[in-house]
Amino acid sequence: MGDYSLDLLALQAFAGLALGAVYVLLATGLSLIFGLLTVVNFAHGAFFMVGAYAGVFLFGVTGNFWLCLVGVPLLVGLGGLAVERVLVRPLYGRGIDDPLLLTFGLSYVMIEVVRLVWGKQSLPFDTPEALRGAVDIGVGYFPLYRLFVIGVTAVVLLALWLLIERTRVGLIIRAGARDPVIVRVLGMDVGLVWLTVFGLGTGIAGLAGLLAAPLQGASPEMGATVLAEAFVVTVVGGMGSLTGAVVAGLLVGVVVSMTGLFAPEMAKVSMYALMAFVLLVRPQGLFGRSSAPG
Amino acid sequence: MTTIALPAPRLARLGAHPALAGSLFLLVLPWVAPYPALATNVLVWGLYALGFNLVYGYLGLLSFGHAALFGGGAYACGIALVRFGLPWWAAIGMGVVAGTAVALVMGLLATRTRGIYFAMVTLALSQCAYFLAYQASGWTGGENGLRGVNLGVIRLPGMKLDFLHPITRYYVLAAFAAAALFLLARILASPFGAAMEAVRENEGRARACGYDVRLVRLQAFTLSGAFTGLAGALYALTLGTVPIEVMDLQTSGLAVIMALLGGAGTFFGPFVGAMLFVAIETLVSTWTEHWPLAVGALFMACVLFFPRGVWGTIVQRFR
Repeated sequence: MGDYSLDLLALQAFAGLALGAVYVLLATGLSLIFGLLTVVNFAHGAFFMVGAYAGVFLFGVTGNFWLCLVGVPLLVGLGGLAVERVLVRPLYGRGIDDPLLLTFGLSYVMIEVVRLVWGKQSLPFDTPEALRGAVDIGVGYFPLYRLFVIGVTAVVLLALWLLIERTRVGLIIRAGARDPVIVRVLGMDVGLVWLTVFGLGTGIAGLAGLLAAPLQGASPEMGATVLAEAFVVTVVGGMGSLTGAVVAGLLVGVVVSMTGLFAPEMAKVSMYALMAFVLLVRPQGLFGRSSAPG
Repeated sequence: MTTIALPAPRLARLGAHPALAGSLFLLVLPWVAPYPALATNVLVWGLYALGFNLVYGYLGLLSFGHAALFGGGAYACGIALVRFGLPWWAAIGMGVVAGTAVALVMGLLATRTRGIYFAMVTLALSQCAYFLAYQASGWTGGENGLRGVNLGVIRLPGMKLDFLHPITRYYVLAAFAAAALFLLARILASPFGAAMEAVRENEGRARACGYDVRLVRLQAFTLSGAFTGLAGALYALTLGTVPIEVMDLQTSGLAVIMALLGGAGTFFGPFVGAMLFVAIETLVSTWTEHWPLAVGALFMACVLFFPRGVWGTIVQRFR
């Protein structure tokens, strides 16, 4: 341990938070959709991947990263709306596996369409000029772009919290999660709420894809790995819990980052070890209810 | 409405001995397939989907991690041949053992959760297995895959079989697949088979009847690992190498796709699904490399419009 200074550890932990920020965004969208629709969106990784490609496309057309930051979630979210309306809605009331299987098939199609349009090779995505370089954060120099990712995630989470806890729409969303039948009896259009939430969740996944693009580029396969990672975060945090998604996302990021420092070859496997541990100790996840439906 | 009981059609009577009918199908398959290699693909993928169907179709557990079991079997068979020089039949045995062992470990973790979690946990664990296989390149060959899983001449008491000959190879593999079919039919007809279906139909009632639901799930998943491991071992022998892709998410999804296309919960469904998949891959890839698009679209249509799958729909019509 002698070789590792405290500053280095702090810096590595901070890098873990930046990594975790992307996980948090993904798991939040996944949990939001599951909490209301009881749909496990297996195409979530594909929406993430499409977000990265939408970023490449939009940046190529406009040359403005800030515009992408607004446009990509909107575009991907619109796609999500269409998917819910046309494909997922007919499956409500059927078995819980059916929407999962459908979105799995959808991810297959989405990946292939992207390959058709942009080719099989991965595309580079340069870090926007204003966000290049590093800044001193007290314990050492940290890449500005990663700091930016943490910031955007914080803003999105804050906005989401305000939406769900402080607005009338949020009230309906919370009520719909608890008891959709009563909400319908009270005269609310539950279908509209579900549509909105699916669009919101997929839009956030698209934003996560855009944010990840400068870090890893855009490739058709990037969604598959990320889907498994988002599932790990969801299982660790507890299905349907937004607090769980945030805490577990950051935790997984830090664990991967720290393992990377001490045993680089085990970094990828560490998050699965964490998941296995949580399953053994607390199968419902850190913030999951023990009597979770299902 | 009254129905007149008609004598059961021949097809249905043959259905009373599904393993026999399945074996007959395997016997004629290479003579109806355009070329033997396709028949071998159907055989291996069908067996893989069959192992998956044991837990999805008969137990109602959706696993998205069967690639780890399939890949475990393939790597174990390949490593036994390449690194230890074991005889071919022992290598296949190692594949079965490895598939079972991986399934036991995954099952111990995944059966701690319920319902929809199972799919997510198995998917995550198989991804973990992928990284482990990737890292252990000294054993598995890592990114380059495990090469040199070649079988030349197989010696049996009193005869020599040329494994490089496509038809001979097919029938050697088909013998194992037929044995698996008979074993599976036996399992499904046993009290344990009934317990699995009881858990699928009503978990609470099965528990009230005194079944340990978690144990039934763990046992079935482990059994599924044995069949899947066998399929993986046969795959390694057909291909002559074990690519790292056997462990990836695509492979897990393939089992789901084939079982559902054919008809989950039916005995022949997985084989019908495997035939469909191989047919689509072969036909569509002649004019576009984007054949997965056709598979994905057909799969979505299957989930939306005929969730019983092709064979399941046919069986329902004739019943």
